[in-house]
Amino acid sequence: MSIYVDEKTRVVVHGLTGGQARFHGLRNRDYGTNVVAGVNPAKGGQDVEGIPVFATASEAREATGANASFVAVPAKVAPGSVLEAAAAGIDLIVCITEGIPAQDEARVYSELRHKYPSVRLIGPNCPGVISPGKCNIGITAGEIARAGGPVGIVSRSGTLTYQALYELKQMGIGVTTCVGIGGDPVPGTTFVDCLAAFEADPSTRAVMLIGEIGGTEEEKAAAFIADRVTKPVVAYIAGVTAPPGRRMGHAGAIISGNKGTARAKMEALGEAGVKVALNPTEAGELMAQLVRAL
Amino acid sequence: MDLFEYQGKQYFARFGVPVSPGGIATSPQEAVELAERLGYPVVVKAQVQVGGRGKAGGIKLAGDAEQARAHAGSILGMDIRGHVVRRVWLERASDIEREYYASFTLDRGAKDHLAMVSAKGGVEIEQVAAEDPAAITRLHIDPYTGFSEAQAQRLVADAGLDERARPGAAAVLVSLYRCFTEGDADLVEVNPLVLTTDGRVKALDAKVTLDDNAAFRHPEWEEFAGTAELDERERHARRAGLQYVGLDGFVGIIANGAGLAMSTCDVVNQVGGRPANFLDIGGGASAEVMASALEVISSDPSVRSIFVNIFGGITRGEEVANGIVTALGRVDIKVPMVVRLDGTNAEEGREILRTVESEMVISSPNMMDAARKAVDLAGSGK
Repeated sequence: MSIYVDEKTRVVVHGLTGGQARFHGLRNRDYGTNVVAGVNPAKGGQDVEGIPVFATASEAREATGANASFVAVPAKVAPGSVLEAAAAGIDLIVCITEGIPAQDEARVYSELRHKYPSVRLIGPNCPGVISPGKCNIGITAGEIARAGGPVGIVSRSGTLTYQALYELKQMGIGVTTCVGIGGDPVPGTTFVDCLAAFEADPSTRAVMLIGEIGGTEEEKAAAFIADRVTKPVVAYIAGVTAPPGRRMGHAGAIISGNKGTARAKMEALGEAGVKVALNPTEAGELMAQLVRAL
Repeated sequence: MDLFEYQGKQYFARFGVPVSPGGIATSPQEAVELAERLGYPVVVKAQVQVGGRGKAGGIKLAGDAEQARAHAGSILGMDIRGHVVRRVWLERASDIEREYYASFTLDRGAKDHLAMVSAKGGVEIEQVAAEDPAAITRLHIDPYTGFSEAQAQRLVADAGLDERARPGAAAVLVSLYRCFTEGDADLVEVNPLVLTTDGRVKALDAKVTLDDNAAFRHPEWEEFAGTAELDERERHARRAGLQYVGLDGFVGIIANGAGLAMSTCDVVNQVGGRPANFLDIGGGASAEVMASALEVISSDPSVRSIFVNIFGGITRGEEVANGIVTALGRVDIKVPMVVRLDGTNAEEGREILRTVESEMVISSPNMMDAARKAVDLAGSGK
C-alpha cells in the first residue's frame, strides 16, 4: 500500500501543453503514472502526445475521471490553478511551483479549508509525491527510488529527498510513498498530516523525516510522534550552521529571532524518541539498521 | 527584503497609514535644508536595520539649524551594532501623549495572520513579551475572510488603548492590514504607534519586511532594492541571479537544492571547517549557472577551498559533469576544488570529471569524505 497516491490515481496536468508542466507531465506518464488529461483554457480539444487537453479542470475531470491534479504552472497563475482544481472536485492537488507570494499561499490555504475541506494540497515549492512503481506526480526522478516498502519518507527538501531515496535503494530498501511537502512558509500538507497517514498505512513500517530550519512544524511533528506514532522514525534536520534572519534558499527556511533553529528541532525530535542523524548519510545508515531489525 | 524606516514610512503612506512628513539626508547640509523646510523642532533619526538606535545615540531632537547640523554630523557615519549610518531621516517632532505597539505577521504555525497590539509601546516588544506577556493582545485573522473594522475596534479596546485613541488606532490598524496584505509584506510593525497631545494617532516608526516572491507584481519595489544591506559578495551573487548567503568561514560551498546546500554547510562544519557561504544553484546545474557560481566564490578572498556538492536527479551525472568542465574552462579557480557527484548516472559523470582532475580539481563520491578533503585542503592553503 501507499499514502495519497497509488496505481489507481488518475492525474490531470495543468498547463500540459508547454514548459515545465509538459516536461514533467510526460515524464510522469513515462514512469507509468496514469496521466489522463491536460488543462489549457486556450487549447481545449487538442492533445499532447495522445493525452487529451481540456479548457477547464472541471471538463477534464468529467471526461476522464481524474482524481488528482498536477500544478506546475508559474507562480503568478498557480494559485488560480489550485483553486480551479479544487472547485472541479479533484481530491488531491500537487503544486510544485516555486516563488508563490506568501500572502497568496495563506489565502489559498484558507480558502481551501473553508470551501473544499476534503481537498489535500501537497506543496507548493515541493518535488511532489511518489509511490515508487505505482505513481509519480512531480519532479522526482522515479528511477532513483525502489518500490515496495517498508519506509515512508516525508521531507521539506527536494535534493535531500532524492539522496535519501537513492541511498535506500542502494541498500536494497524500498519506499511506500515519499512526500515532498515543500520549502514554503505555508505548506498545504504538513509533517503531522503525513505521519498520521503513514501510521495508518500497514505497509509503511518506518518513517524518515527530513526537515530544515524555520517554523515549528518539526516540533509539532515531535509532539505528534510522542503521542500517536508507534512506528520508528529517523530524522535529519538541515541548517545547523544557518545564521538567524537569513533566508536559506527556501522561502520558509529562516530562523526568526531564536525561533526555528535546527538545534531546537533536533532536540524536540530526540526527546520524542526519534533517531536523529547528524548528516544525510547517517540518516540512511540509521534507517538501514532500523529496517533490518524490523 | 527589509526596508529602512524611511522606506517603510513611504510604504505606509501609500496605504493611508498616517506618518509625519519628513525626508532623507545624507549630509549635515542636506539635513539643515530639510529641517528648515519642515520647521523646528525636528527629530534626526539614523537609518539602520537594527534595533537600539535610540540608546546608541542615533535619534536626536534638534531645535534649530545649528543643532540639526550638529546632530546629523554626529549620527552620519556612526556605527550602530555593526551597521554604519549612511542616511538620516528628519521629521517634524510630535507631541507624544502615549506610545503603543501594533503589528501584523504571518503565523506559520497557525497558517493565518496574526495581529499584535499593546498599550505598552516604545520599548522592544520581545522585552514586553518576556516581562509582561498579558500586555500584548493577539488576534488570529483568517486570510480568506480578512480583517474588518469591527475586529479592529474590538482589538484596540481589548488591548486597553486609551479611549480617545481607539477610533484613530482602529483606523490605522485597518490601513496597516491593507499594507500587510495588498502590500505583500511578511511583517509590518509600528513601534511606537503614538497618540499625540492633539488627539491624533500615527506611526512614529516603521518596520516592514517585504516578500521577495511578490516582487513580480510590485515594480515600485525597484527603488528599495538598491539600498539593501548586502555585502559585496552578495551583490555580485544577486546580479548573477544566484541564491547566495555570505557566511564567515573559508570553504566555498556550491550545491544543488536549498536543503542539500544547507546540509553541505553543516557537514563542513561537522568535520572541523567553516563554510564561507550558502549557495544553491538549483536543480538544473547548467554550465552557465556553475560558471557564475564559481566566479562569485572565486572572488571571495576568504575562500581557501571549494566544495561542489551535486546530487543528480532528473539532471543526469554526465550533464552536471559537462557543466562543471565547461565552467572550469571559463573561470580560473585559484584554490583547490573538491567535487562530490552522486545520483542519476553519477559514474558516467565522474568518468567525464576524470578529464579535468588535477591537484586543483578532486573528485570524491562520498559527501562526508569530500567535506573532509575540502576542509583539509583549506587548511594547507593557509
